Amino acid sequence: MLNFTIRRSVLAIPTLLFISLIIFLLLDLAPSDPTANLPLTIPPDVREKIRESLGLGQPIHIRYLLWCNQFFINEPLNVLEHWLGWNSDGDRIRVLSWQTRSPVVDLIVERLPQTLWVVGLSYIVGTLLALPIGIISAYRQYSWFDQIGTFISMVGFSVPTFFTGVLMIVIFSVWLGWFPSIYDTTHQVTDMASFMHQVKQMVMPVTVLALFNAAQISRFMRASMLDNLNQDYVRTARAKGLREQTVVLVHVLRNSLIPVVTVVALGVPQVFGGAIITEQVFKVNGLGQLLIVSIQGGDLPVVQTLTFIFALLIVLFNLIADVLYGVLDPRIRYD
Amino acid sequence: MTDRVQTGFEETRAARSQWHDVWDQFKTHRGALLGMGFFVFVLVAAFLGPYVWLIDAQYIDIRARNQGPSLAHPLGTDQLGRDTLARLFAGGQVSLAVGITAMALALSLGTLIGVIAGYFKRLDGALMRFTDLFLALPLLPLLLVIIMLFRDTLRTAFGPETGIFILIVFVIGITSWMQTARIVRGDVLALKERDFVIASRSIGTPPHRMISRHILPNVLSPIMVSATLGIANAIITESALSFLGLGFPSDFPTWGRLLFDSTDHLQQYPERVLWPGLAISLTVLSVNYIGDGLRDALDPRIRGR
Repeated sequence: MLNFTIRRSVLAIPTLLFISLIIFLLLDLAPSDPTANLPLTIPPDVREKIRESLGLGQPIHIRYLLWCNQFFINEPLNVLEHWLGWNSDGDRIRVLSWQTRSPVVDLIVERLPQTLWVVGLSYIVGTLLALPIGIISAYRQYSWFDQIGTFISMVGFSVPTFFTGVLMIVIFSVWLGWFPSIYDTTHQVTDMASFMHQVKQMVMPVTVLALFNAAQISRFMRASMLDNLNQDYVRTARAKGLREQTVVLVHVLRNSLIPVVTVVALGVPQVFGGAIITEQVFKVNGLGQLLIVSIQGGDLPVVQTLTFIFALLIVLFNLIADVLYGVLDPRIRYD
Repeated sequence: MTDRVQTGFEETRAARSQWHDVWDQFKTHRGALLGMGFFVFVLVAAFLGPYVWLIDAQYIDIRARNQGPSLAHPLGTDQLGRDTLARLFAGGQVSLAVGITAMALALSLGTLIGVIAGYFKRLDGALMRFTDLFLALPLLPLLLVIIMLFRDTLRTAFGPETGIFILIVFVIGITSWMQTARIVRGDVLALKERDFVIASRSIGTPPHRMISRHILPNVLSPIMVSATLGIANAIITESALSFLGLGFPSDFPTWGRLLFDSTDHLQQYPERVLWPGLAISLTVLSVNYIGDGLRDALDPRIRGR
């Protein structure tokens, strides 16, 4: 298993390099000019110098290698130094945002907590909701609970989050006035009242994303439970006089969770992607919002870094899903 | 006596094609039938609606702005006095056209790659690694980036509306073919070992005829199911792009764009969000139900039970 994990991780490296090349080339070949937003009064030769200072003068393969060096070696070292507190040489160049002139990593570290809170919490809530729904739907197949559950989950993944989000704002902020429609990220939790405010402003974005996730995961859970419920080992377990509860919740559930765990792991990066829209609806200034703002401002370093981080998440969680599947299911042998 | 019964039975069986059985099974799925009815209704409404409801979607009547539902404007008007119903029809045309074209593109690409990878063993490894790479790309961020970067170029080349249409259909198409390719490849691999294919190869059928006569008709059912999922996916993606302000321009309504424009007036006119949102959601829901019904109907293990 360890062998497989190492082999699989090594295989991920060319994938990541290839993706980084695609992202780099796409942004590089695109006809967008970072100096386009500067005032028109700047003379052409000064403009050319600005372009050079942004590192745009060199040939493309050199820029790609420099970018890789920057991204894979310098920036991780910077982060490491920051965490461990050593300050060996401060002259290592950082990847700078063209809009704010601050290091991209700092911008991302600033935005990450908001995204993690909203997205992470919604994914956990969604999964916790989905598992019991899936189990009951499968156990009582074609009952009214199953019918309603199937319908709701169908609605859940058909209705886009930007509509459910807006709909919730209309109902709960405009009409009922229960929750604030805008997520205030400067809000500090100091006492009970401010904690309640934090909870209130998180309710809607988390609910919207959680419903969307729960819809998909509960379908998988149901299908996986149904696959297992008719197996011979379940009949054996019943025949030897185990209680129904033990049969379903220990024997069947444990086996049905194997594919579901991998689906949950594979879904994590997509949730980050989907959060771009939810963040836009509720004005959460997380990573997704940073991406949108940078795209609109033509801020290539931020866009490249963020897109690559999303790609990294996908590759990482694919790896995790593969390894988990092997660990959880002894029938799967990769070697 | 028994002979006559036997022949009668044979005759009715012979008259039925596989698609009759599929349709019979499809009819038993109530959600799928409702979905099909609704989708046809939306298609008819969006494309024939403008011939019945003659107000132009672009017509600005500033004195009639921000009106509620009335006889002249059944769904009210927006902040420039444009008729919401007419804009819904116009938006539906674009959204549905994007959905169907992008689906067709993704499907042809996915089928092509899937069939080639499944049929020609030499290309299998390379093509599937390629598919895996595409699956590892962060799609929504990349879509946003591509559209932002190439929007202006295509606009100048093909005009503002056609340019954006081509761009959006193209990017949605090339980022959603992977699932189809994988499913088709799996099916082709299994088909290749079946006796009728081996028999056909033994009489010297060339690969292109093999694929078009024997392989393609047999992988049609997974392709049809992914077609429905593809339409749903494309409509949602287009609306999401428009909602993020990176889709079609404001004077060229799509459902996503209408929803996006309505959110600016959320406090004063919350009900305006409802129509485009409902249109997107119900269309996608109906398409998903059609897909669900088709999957059951095309699965021979379920059919006939």
